[in-house]
Amino acid sequence: MDIYREIILDHYKNPRNFGHLHHVDASAEAYNATCGDKMRIEIQVKSPASPAGREKFRRSGIPLRGTKVKSIQDIRFSGEGCAISQASASMLTEKVKGMSAAQIQKLSFQDVQKMLGVSLTPSRVKCATLPLEVLQKAISSI
Amino acid sequence: MIDASSVRKDFPQLQRKINGKPIVYLDSSATSLKPKSVIDAVTGYYSDYTANVFRGIYTTSEEATAAYELARAKVAGFIGAHLPEEIVFTRNTTESLNLLAAGIGKTLHHEDEVITTIMEHHSNFVPWQQRVMKKNGVFKIWNIDKEGQLNLGDLDTLITRRTKVLTISASSNVLGTISPIKKIVSTVKRLNPKCLVFVDAAQAVPHMAVDVKDWGADAIAFSGHKMLGPTGIGVLWARISLLSDLPPYQYGGDMIEEVHRDKTLFKGPPHKFEAGTPHIAGAIGLGAAVDYLQALGLGAVRKHEIEITDYALKALARIKGVIVIGPRDARDRGGVVSFRLDKVHPHDIAQVLDESGVCIRVGFHCAQPLHEFLEIGPTARASFYLYTTKEDIDVLIEGVEKVKQLFK
Repeated sequence: MDIYREIILDHYKNPRNFGHLHHVDASAEAYNATCGDKMRIEIQVKSPASPAGREKFRRSGIPLRGTKVKSIQDIRFSGEGCAISQASASMLTEKVKGMSAAQIQKLSFQDVQKMLGVSLTPSRVKCATLPLEVLQKAISSI
Repeated sequence: MIDASSVRKDFPQLQRKINGKPIVYLDSSATSLKPKSVIDAVTGYYSDYTANVFRGIYTTSEEATAAYELARAKVAGFIGAHLPEEIVFTRNTTESLNLLAAGIGKTLHHEDEVITTIMEHHSNFVPWQQRVMKKNGVFKIWNIDKEGQLNLGDLDTLITRRTKVLTISASSNVLGTISPIKKIVSTVKRLNPKCLVFVDAAQAVPHMAVDVKDWGADAIAFSGHKMLGPTGIGVLWARISLLSDLPPYQYGGDMIEEVHRDKTLFKGPPHKFEAGTPHIAGAIGLGAAVDYLQALGLGAVRKHEIEITDYALKALARIKGVIVIGPRDARDRGGVVSFRLDKVHPHDIAQVLDESGVCIRVGFHCAQPLHEFLEIGPTARASFYLYTTKEDIDVLIEGVEKVKQLFK
């Protein structure tokens, strides 16, 4: 069963980062009415706090506010859905820890496909990209 | 009695292999496969007598017109209609119901009531909901019980003197529930003789004998493609008095008597509702589908489906973790079985089954209110027809076991 490689099944049965955060900086949800998939993503954001970190940015000319600076400190997903959407969420939340908001906004379906490592039929593409959509929605609010 | 293995020879697509395995098509509720006679009827029009209908004096136009109107007469006979004029060709059940809702919608007033059931397909739910809301009327929903059946006693409170329409499916595309239309119609008419009763017969006409005179309803809608016919052709049957009262749905050619600069006179039914060039090949194909079904006999079709459904229900009951929804007895339901499997999303069930060549439908089956009401989330659905065999069910069961193993 090509699409249900071991790694996908493992992430589905033992999802990483499933649950909720104590401290939530941003969150987003989506519900796919055609298939009943529900997904919620909560993120905790890190900005450079130390004086040295802030000085580094001042010297480089990058504004202290903005997406290049903010990065994912911690992340959780919850909800219910098919193996592809859940495995994708599990793998994605692992992947983006430490990434900047700007980098996350640049992620596309190709990255998700590569991350999953399986070829998806057109009807399953939406399952795979649901977590990315929700994550990017959450990121856009910080 | 249907000999499914010999019937299958009539269906070219059943020769097909998916991933190296014979196709096991269990989605006839979505659309049915086509026998060669229907395919030949459609291509026959396109190769031998392509011409527009009602327009020409020349030979092929007369042939096309005759074939088109013959199809209409065949459909009328098939459902026991009094007159061929009571058969309107549309695109599908959805368009037939929209045509009714549009016409009735124009006559609705504030506080007028329209009733539908919780198990309706969106096509028999949304058009009414929207029209009633627009006119500030009352949109009532008749709920089902735990077995997926309607309780006739509810009608005593549901039907009032302000109720204009009760619209209901004869056979549910999710639960398989077959509703007693004749009893429902007579109860409604007793409580309010002016209330109209419409039937979504999309899952009924293909699978069981339907006689509109016996049902007593005011209109029924069904699709050609679910009864071995082509896509793009559907039927609205309604009493000639209702069709005469309803306003046209679309305007244009073929539905007019006279067009002047300042006024237009319309034709009577059915042509009043058939504007523009119709799906001529579709109607002709539908006529051939009627011939095929009548040769088999719908009594035999229904009997075959009860047998297959019973076999499937029993087999699914043996798999731990499978929950089937709808009436327990195969005799109370159409050949439609919707189910859930513990811990596995229906998408994944369908994907794994596809590997074995099994085609099932998953999701909400255009019945979101029903799934919301049942609080069950999306379901997987296997549906059967005259070409389904017990061997097909065996492959389905094997596949479901495989899914269970993979996801345990």
